[in-house]
Amino acid sequence: MVQDRHCLDCIDLGHQLMELVTATRSAAGSKDKGLTLTHGQPSSMVRMSGKTAISVAGLHKGYGDHDVLTGVDLEVPEGSVYALLGPNGSGKTTVVNICSTLLTPDAGEIRVSGYDVQRESDQVRRSIGVTGQFSAIDDYHTGRENLKLMADLNHLDRGRAKTVVEGLLERFELADAADRRAQTYSGGMKRRLDLAMTLIGSPRLIFLDEPTTGLDPRSRRELWQIVREQVADGVTVLLTTQHLDEADQLAHRVGLLDGGRIIAEGTPAQLKSRVPGGHVEVQFTNAAALSEVAAVLPEATSDPDALTLRMANDGVASLRRLLDRLDDDAVTDLTVQSADLDDVFLALTGHAAETRDGAEDETKLERAR
Amino acid sequence: MSAHATPRSTTYVVRDSVTMFRRNLRHWLRYPSLAIMLVGQPIAFLLLFVYVFGGTLGAGLSGVAGGGGRGDYLVFITPGIMVMAVASVALGTAIEVALDMTGGIIARFRTMDIAQVSVLTGHVLGAVVKTLFAVVVTLAFALLLGYRSEAELADWLVTFVLLGLMAFAMTWLTVGMGLAADSVETASNTPMFLVMLPFVSSGFVPTDAMPWGLRQFAEYQPFTPMIDSLRALTSGEPAGNALWLAVGWCVLIAVGGYLWSRRLFTKVPTK
Ligand SMILES: Nc1ncnc2c1ncn2[C@@H]1O[C@H](COP(=O)(O)OP(=O)(O)OP(=O)(O)O)[C@@H](O)[C@H]1O
Ligand SMILES: [Mg+2]
Repeated sequence: MVQDRHCLDCIDLGHQLMELVTATRSAAGSKDKGLTLTHGQPSSMVRMSGKTAISVAGLHKGYGDHDVLTGVDLEVPEGSVYALLGPNGSGKTTVVNICSTLLTPDAGEIRVSGYDVQRESDQVRRSIGVTGQFSAIDDYHTGRENLKLMADLNHLDRGRAKTVVEGLLERFELADAADRRAQTYSGGMKRRLDLAMTLIGSPRLIFLDEPTTGLDPRSRRELWQIVREQVADGVTVLLTTQHLDEADQLAHRVGLLDGGRIIAEGTPAQLKSRVPGGHVEVQFTNAAALSEVAAVLPEATSDPDALTLRMANDGVASLRRLLDRLDDDAVTDLTVQSADLDDVFLALTGHAAETRDGAEDETKLERAR
Repeated sequence: MSAHATPRSTTYVVRDSVTMFRRNLRHWLRYPSLAIMLVGQPIAFLLLFVYVFGGTLGAGLSGVAGGGGRGDYLVFITPGIMVMAVASVALGTAIEVALDMTGGIIARFRTMDIAQVSVLTGHVLGAVVKTLFAVVVTLAFALLLGYRSEAELADWLVTFVLLGLMAFAMTWLTVGMGLAADSVETASNTPMFLVMLPFVSSGFVPTDAMPWGLRQFAEYQPFTPMIDSLRALTSGEPAGNALWLAVGWCVLIAVGGYLWSRRLFTKVPTK
């Protein structure tokens, strides 16, 4: 995977992605074009057997007259990790719920592990494990009892159930709390228990809906590690997240969900190449100092009311140029922000063609408020 | 991941139901306040009726040799109180189901290859056990208050089988109510009629003491043959037609409640 990215870095990513965005957009109209595109990316063919674990075509779903999904197409090869990236309310959970047989689609062809999600839901359920966005544990049961419950429902025999349960308690660092009610667990422990419950039946395909939301950085990394172990065993993962760095850490491919469709798809590197360095923000003490610096840095945008100056961060050179202009006394704070979902999103949705010009930065600034 | 000829979910109905039944009983042990309230309700009614109303109502009992007293009234209402226990636990089940549906674990169950109906049968089986327990506790109280029975062991066995069947039927109905409710409050209100209906039956006063319209209703409503059967059985008399009528009602309610609940469960969207 790493190797894979290196080789991609040699290509002119900017152009490639631009094509990608336009192509994916038009893909809604002509499906075969979209599919050609997906298959055309060699990067997605990393460690797979060549089979498709999830294939979604023309998925529509609405609630009343509120259309949530208006034609989602995506394909996840066996053994790969696909991240669905999107802001609140973009329909990530809806996609996961439909693929995991919880919701029925209004239209679309959805096959999971080779089975139709509606007509062959039993077979689909047999092959998947789901960790939803919201805790799906039994609060009145202890950690061990929760896992035992799952072992029973997966019809493991007594001996095997015991081995698997104890093994998971150890691996998820829940052994000490195993006999406490899950109600008393911290958010991170609940999340780990939730995931452990999903893994009891050794599913070959797992859905993780915002697996690390609400976790501290250490817990996040631990959870990522667990996911990586699964992937190393050849498990396919569809995860949703609001954070590009999470997709970056785990996913082979990322799909950006917006306005009911996948508006862009590619490797994390491809997506990030659209917004290389995020931005730098400087907090001034007075307006005079701000306008003085702003005058010599035309590419930066300033906000006279908040006394801040914001500039795209495209490397050490630009940072140095900025720092050279700053007077120690006039600055109270300086933050370097890596590319966040908002940056990527703006770059890929709105004005993808006119990258990083002043106009766009201003929109960005407005959006941040 | 090999495909089986038959889906596992149909072959594992019993096994999954037993698993869910254990889950339900564990909840009861971990969260006993609801259970205590539900078992306490019939006992509270027992004390109320025997000590507050018993003196007067007992004196009005017809067919009791030498006019009735508190003791006779206790014997008269014990079957009604047992039915209150059934209704009380059934009400609690509606609340439990509604609570369960708001929790995230149901979504997990729905994505697993299990017999989906076991999520509901777990509650029903749990309710049957709780009902029998509640009846035993209530009877123990009645014995303390002076209740005596002339029935044989076999009669008592039939009594408990009938009570189990009643609990089975009523809870399939209240499981449906729990599923249909949009909130836990609604779920605790809709089944209230089950607790009220025994009052308008042969449970607490003989039906011939009621005005005509009410009496018609009381004689034909399902609780009356149930209570009449229990009264006959617990006093060692033949229950006759009332028993078959009671069993018929139970089967009807159980089948209706089951079909309704199953439809709601497969339809209810996940929260
Ligand atoms: N049962 C429902 N009834 C009506 N609207 C719904 C229902 N479920 C979801 N929606 C709407 O569908 C849209 C997509 O919801 P969804 O939960 O899939 O978003 P999401 O991307 O997972 O968001 P988040 O990041 O907040 O989890 C939202 O606008 C939401 O309000
Ligand atoms: Mg969501």
